[in-house]
Amino acid sequence: MHRLPPEVKVVAAFLGVVCVVAVPREAFAVFGGYFLLLVAVWALARIPLGWIARRSLIELPFVVLAVLLPFAEGGARVEWLGLSLSAEGLLAGWNILIKGTLGVLTSLTLAATTPLRDMLLGMQRLHAPAILTTIATLMLRYIDVIAGEARRMRLARISRGHDPRFLWQAGATARGVGALFLRSYERGERVHLAMLSRGWTGAMPQLSDARTAPRDWIYGLTFVAAALLLTVTGFVMT
Amino acid sequence: MVAERSKGVAVSIAMHMSDGLINAPTSGVFWAIAVIGLAVSFYKARQDLTDRTAPMAGLVAAFVFAVQMINFPILPGASGHLLGGALVAILVGPWVGSICIALVLAVQALLFADGGLTALGTNIINMAFIGLFVSWGVAVALRRLAQRGGVGLAATAFLAAFIGVVGASLGFVLEYAIGGAGVTSLGTVFSLMVGLHALIGIGEGIITALTVGAVAAIRPDLVYLLRGAPQDLQLRGARQPEGSSS
Repeated sequence: MHRLPPEVKVVAAFLGVVCVVAVPREAFAVFGGYFLLLVAVWALARIPLGWIARRSLIELPFVVLAVLLPFAEGGARVEWLGLSLSAEGLLAGWNILIKGTLGVLTSLTLAATTPLRDMLLGMQRLHAPAILTTIATLMLRYIDVIAGEARRMRLARISRGHDPRFLWQAGATARGVGALFLRSYERGERVHLAMLSRGWTGAMPQLSDARTAPRDWIYGLTFVAAALLLTVTGFVMT
Repeated sequence: MVAERSKGVAVSIAMHMSDGLINAPTSGVFWAIAVIGLAVSFYKARQDLTDRTAPMAGLVAAFVFAVQMINFPILPGASGHLLGGALVAILVGPWVGSICIALVLAVQALLFADGGLTALGTNIINMAFIGLFVSWGVAVALRRLAQRGGVGLAATAFLAAFIGVVGASLGFVLEYAIGGAGVTSLGTVFSLMVGLHALIGIGEGIITALTVGAVAAIRPDLVYLLRGAPQDLQLRGARQPEGSSS
């Protein structure tokens, strides 16, 4: 799974999520099938469950909306534990919750098996516009540099007694952000000159010559086929 | 590769739509619109930056990414981080800015599962296009005010950021109305999203105003909004250097 060409994984993950989003929300059992499919992938790729679980918390803000809907929607009401809930709202909330969760889990599976550098390679092989992959490559190369500068500036502020607790104290942070922008922008100008002096022609060299074997595509798309089968089952069931 | 994001209460995450919030056909349509929008942005960005496009946009995108890791306080106990739409629109222009925000969103979706893969199109529309271009429109409308200096520029940046954030949340409500799960609760979703983002917008506005002010004080030539404005020579008194940055 980790050695599968990146473009296969990106395409498979995207199509998999499309399958999940397309399925009717009343096909409850089908969502269990998707979950089992993901668990199978995790087992094959040996991704620790804790890694996935910790990062899936990112979804929480939307759980709030999903919980809110049963109360906010109109239509037929359902009595449950003394609460009057909307049947339509319950279904809508369930829809957001389960599809959002499966989407987050799929994206995390992709992130766990594919370093971002490889994803760029995959995008390049999928014939994404060169300008896009070039900007993304440079962005990723410099994220750590810029984030490191931001961290050092924060440390410098804190060591000089900076401790804002209210928005109106955030002036120093903002000036820091301004300085960070200037440093990034001026660094960009220097990077451009450095690239020119090394013979920059306007396009990144191909990062790798390796061709993707049809076998890899078939392997990756097997999982998509399973997801598609589940989606069709969902449509037949409802 | 990228450092862990700080674990504060990141309010703005509420804007990153997840999968399943919008149905599949609507997501597809917004994906298509986002791709077309990005193509236009690439074309226009090349006119702004010529052959410098790649390194400059790459570095500004890295800057946006780093900025989103800096938390600032909103209320005691709750902190948010900058979305940066209005900020990059005013500093580097809407075309380069929209590319940078879209890239940051894509990386967040791929690396942190922050925002769904099918919802990436809608997220790009909301934050890289609606929010950013609403901000830019406000900023251009108030350009004369901004060119007057200090307070005018700060007021312009504040309004641009505030209206941009609220505009982006209206984009969310629009998409939810077209392809969302619930229909009768639209009023609730509307008031929740717009109310929440009005609060976020105030924070975003203050930080944006102060940041643009700080940049304009040092390198006014870099502020895209102020391009073409005559720069008066200023006499500045000798001031003690401030110790706010290393």
